[in-house]
Amino acid sequence: MYQQEKLAKGIDWVVVFLYIALVAIGILCIFMVEYNPEVNWASAFISGKTEYSKQLIFAGICALMAIFILLSDSKLYTAFANLTYLFGILLMLSTFVLGRNINGSKSWIPLGGGFNLQPAELCKIFTSLALAKFLSMQELDFSKLKSQLIAAFIALFPAFLSITQNETGLALVYCCFFIVMFREGLPGSILLVGFSFGVLVVATLIMEPNTLAIILTVIAIATIYILRKKIKRSRRILALIVFLWAACVGIQRFAVPYIFNNILQCYQSTRVYAMVGRAYDCTQNRSSIQKLENNKTYAKPDDYNVRQSKIAIGSGGLFGRGFLKGTQTRGKYVPEQQTDFVFTSLGEAFGFMGSLTFLLIYLALLFRIVKIAERQRSVFSRVYAYCVASILLMHIGINVCMTIGLFPVVGIPLPLVSYGGSSLLTFTILIFIMLRLDADRQMVLR
Amino acid sequence: MATLNNNQSRSRIILGIFIIVFAIIMAQLLNLQLFSPKYRLQAENNAIFRKVIYPDRGIIYDRKGHAILDNVINFDFTVTPAEARKGVDTATLCEILGIDSAEYHKRMLTAIIKNSSYKPSTFEPLLTKELFAKLNENLYKFPGFALQERPVRTYPFHVGANFLGRLGEVSANFLEEHPDEGYQPGDYTGITGMEKSYEKVLMGQRGVKRFLRDNRSRIQGPYAGGNYDTTAVAGRSLYTSIDIGVQTLGEKLFQNKIGAAVAINPKTGGIIAMVSAPTFDPNDLAPSEYRKHIGYLALDTSRPMYNRAIAGMYPPGSTYKPLGALIALDEGVINPSYGYDCRGAYYACGKRVRCDESWAGHAANLKLAIAHSCNAYFCNIFRMTVDNPKFGSPRKGYAHWRDYMHKFGFGTHLGVDIPGERGGNIPDTIEYNHDYGNRWVSCNMVTMGIGQDRMTVTPLQSANGACIIANKGWYYTPHFVDSIENPQIGDTSFLARYRVKHSNLKISDADFKAVQAGMEDVTEVGTASNVKVPGYSYAAKTGTAQVPNLKNLAVFIAYAPAENPTIAIAVYVENAGYGSAWAAPIAAHMMEKYLNDTLTEDTKADVERLSKANLIPRQIFDWRRRQDSAREQRIREEERKSDSIALASEKAHIEDSIRLATGGNKPAPGSTDTTNRDSVAQAIVADWRTRLWPLSFTSRKKAGK
Repeated sequence: MYQQEKLAKGIDWVVVFLYIALVAIGILCIFMVEYNPEVNWASAFISGKTEYSKQLIFAGICALMAIFILLSDSKLYTAFANLTYLFGILLMLSTFVLGRNINGSKSWIPLGGGFNLQPAELCKIFTSLALAKFLSMQELDFSKLKSQLIAAFIALFPAFLSITQNETGLALVYCCFFIVMFREGLPGSILLVGFSFGVLVVATLIMEPNTLAIILTVIAIATIYILRKKIKRSRRILALIVFLWAACVGIQRFAVPYIFNNILQCYQSTRVYAMVGRAYDCTQNRSSIQKLENNKTYAKPDDYNVRQSKIAIGSGGLFGRGFLKGTQTRGKYVPEQQTDFVFTSLGEAFGFMGSLTFLLIYLALLFRIVKIAERQRSVFSRVYAYCVASILLMHIGINVCMTIGLFPVVGIPLPLVSYGGSSLLTFTILIFIMLRLDADRQMVLR
Repeated sequence: MATLNNNQSRSRIILGIFIIVFAIIMAQLLNLQLFSPKYRLQAENNAIFRKVIYPDRGIIYDRKGHAILDNVINFDFTVTPAEARKGVDTATLCEILGIDSAEYHKRMLTAIIKNSSYKPSTFEPLLTKELFAKLNENLYKFPGFALQERPVRTYPFHVGANFLGRLGEVSANFLEEHPDEGYQPGDYTGITGMEKSYEKVLMGQRGVKRFLRDNRSRIQGPYAGGNYDTTAVAGRSLYTSIDIGVQTLGEKLFQNKIGAAVAINPKTGGIIAMVSAPTFDPNDLAPSEYRKHIGYLALDTSRPMYNRAIAGMYPPGSTYKPLGALIALDEGVINPSYGYDCRGAYYACGKRVRCDESWAGHAANLKLAIAHSCNAYFCNIFRMTVDNPKFGSPRKGYAHWRDYMHKFGFGTHLGVDIPGERGGNIPDTIEYNHDYGNRWVSCNMVTMGIGQDRMTVTPLQSANGACIIANKGWYYTPHFVDSIENPQIGDTSFLARYRVKHSNLKISDADFKAVQAGMEDVTEVGTASNVKVPGYSYAAKTGTAQVPNLKNLAVFIAYAPAENPTIAIAVYVENAGYGSAWAAPIAAHMMEKYLNDTLTEDTKADVERLSKANLIPRQIFDWRRRQDSAREQRIREEERKSDSIALASEKAHIEDSIRLATGGNKPAPGSTDTTNRDSVAQAIVADWRTRLWPLSFTSRKKAGK
């Protein structure tokens, strides 16, 4: 009786409710994708052979895990934060030895029985904990560059390992920790620079090189004209503007094409170009040229996946085509629809209204988490909660944008909805640790 | 705690970032789902498979209700390569189809290339009955194979190929010209004969079924529960005036002959029989037989696919004479008792026009002149018509005469309800102006009076002319179709043109009676007195036209019974002789069949005699022989080529031994080279084959995952 009271006390039921709703929607979506009119769905749900029944089993495991976390002591997480981070890094390094190649990325450790573990997925929890631990150190002054660099290293080291495992998508997720750091005092200009760089890259992809160069030059001249009085006082501003202009043109002229032709693989460049609606010429790509020289044919990439996914979502219209009536889903036109492209089945079946409702549930979850974060007394809990919110945002943003053609295709699951035990378990742990910490919000944790 | 609320204002910025991200997503969703209708279309193009359900084509019946053509189901042997990978008893299959395993693999490869592994493709089209039975029996041994039905036209009487027409695949041009009529590439449509002109009636209404298909184009089930499907409506049948007995008899009589015959019911204009010879069994062009026969039919110099009955242009010869008499009578240049003193030829124009009769008095009046077909008499009255002082000049007189001819239906298209009709030729004055300058007289064209010169008519027009005489001045446009099953407004208006009585000729009944009397005399005492229709008196006119390099063209027009005509007929036999010898018996037997529905024993014997007679010109046999020898030459050439590898290697071997034996005599250059090249080429082909087959297999395995 006492145990139960303790378990229930202080838990934020709104988050729990939203969590359950999302997992349920996820199972429903997977059911829509897998649905086969010839098979009795009731028995298929129990059989454990179809992916929706597997997801149901995963959900059960996750429920046990959630109860287990809620029963645990919140001091445990502060105590073991650094240790688990180390463990996570070791786990990621071990994939180089034990790793198994799934869908082209060698980031999975086989656990036997057909289950595979993706350490990079789990490592998000550990990184969040470690970052929270680091930022909550009493003697830390986060305005110093050195501590900013250490925090960035904690966040980006797993991302680096992830890239070496050819899992670019997950690496992108680790960028979300900058949002957390921003909350904790990272200068806003860094985000601004990052954002401007992103705009510049997209502009480079969309526009003719010369047009863009002219536009940049015009902006530079206009700035000089506007700031002419200040420039008269200080020559350094002029130097800064000229330097920025040169950097921008340099990026646009040399850096971006270099990255696309020499660093990225052909299929990656194609996906990025497809995002802005342009075709990429693979004959310029170094890796494909190499393959040609080695007399291997390289598969010509195609934006089939995004095209079909856009058709599926676009055909939904305002109210959707109805439950189990989506032709794109029934005809299995969208590859990977139960995992990364699960949003398409929803968009097709329930249309704009359904997608809107679905996204609002997510937004509500995010707002609730931010609210939770802001009511924490301890920095550790707050940072951790922000980490959870940012990770969720990053996943939702990239995954949904990918399905609607606003972001290149990278393998990132939709939190709590996509099929996959690894992903579901990670987010469950992530969220319930936060709930556990929140339940003890009156304590000051270090 | 100082650090606790540090930077708290930034939480708002972070919430702002969240909202911006979601707003961008919403905006794109709005764009995709509400403002881009193309995605819905693309989804439907992806997933909805439109299957056209073909209704049975309408059937064509003869006047007694026999089906002249009918539909049967033929079978294609199809294969779905993806399902035919395991457990196919290839050896048995190859044995039944008479192919080897290389051919089997080649066909499988073709099927995969054409239609992918997941969709059925034709493996062996249009099975013969024996093949169908064998395959059906053994089908359980061939998983992935199936027998696909396909309706095909069949012709139980084996006649009427030329006017029934045939079906053919629609061409790109046809699809462009008929955009909204529901045709798809690969559909069949009538391309000749009645199949073409009554296409809309016969084709029925196509049904459309919509199916859901998946990303590999496999059918998943009906779309939206079949709510958008339309059912197929069977084609409507045609009831024609054809008498299949007369038609069959006519085609039998025309065996081994070139020519045409058309029989029309003068009371309705309905065509009773239309024979064009040489012809072919329409079943020969059924899809399963098509490839075997089309080459010969299309290329043979006797042109079996050419409908001579409506497109053959023949000089009518003496069968024109009754018309000439009618024109002369109507113009008043002669009266029935007008006579001409013929002494065996017509000399008035300098050139001698021979007449078959030379005894005095054989052209003492019109009746006699027609009965004995006096050339001089009709040359004379033709000249009198043209030179009629009423018109002032022969040109005007000629134009007036030509006008009469048009009213008789000559020199114009009659408008029969099958395509390909030609108008014949009644020369314009322009033609004569061109040839003779502007100074020509009736003598320049005097043989026109006996149906020669440049006058050409089609057998259909001749038969129609006979109708006009039989009807005393009016006719209905000749046509096949009497009525259409479940007639619709469009059909009625189409058939209305065959219900219009054409009576432009204002020739008096007395004039007609005078000519009719002459034509009756032809069968009593005149040129056709030896040919009888048992039980009926009939009126007729024989004709014999000279043709360069060939024997005479035999022509015969007739109608029967003489008092109340129900059949009018025109018969043309090329390279035959006198009209009374060849054309008249054919016409008489056909009329007998129509009127009595049976033939007497004598007639049957005569039918056998006529059907055995071979009147095909020698030239055609020569041509065929040349073709055959050319083909044989080609086959020999191919055989030689295929043997050449073996021969050449043998030769090289012999040369080698000779060289060895003689101690280094130079062998003939080139021979070893070719062997080398050929064997290399063969090796390449073999290599390519072995490489291609497993390669495509593995790639499909990958795709299946």
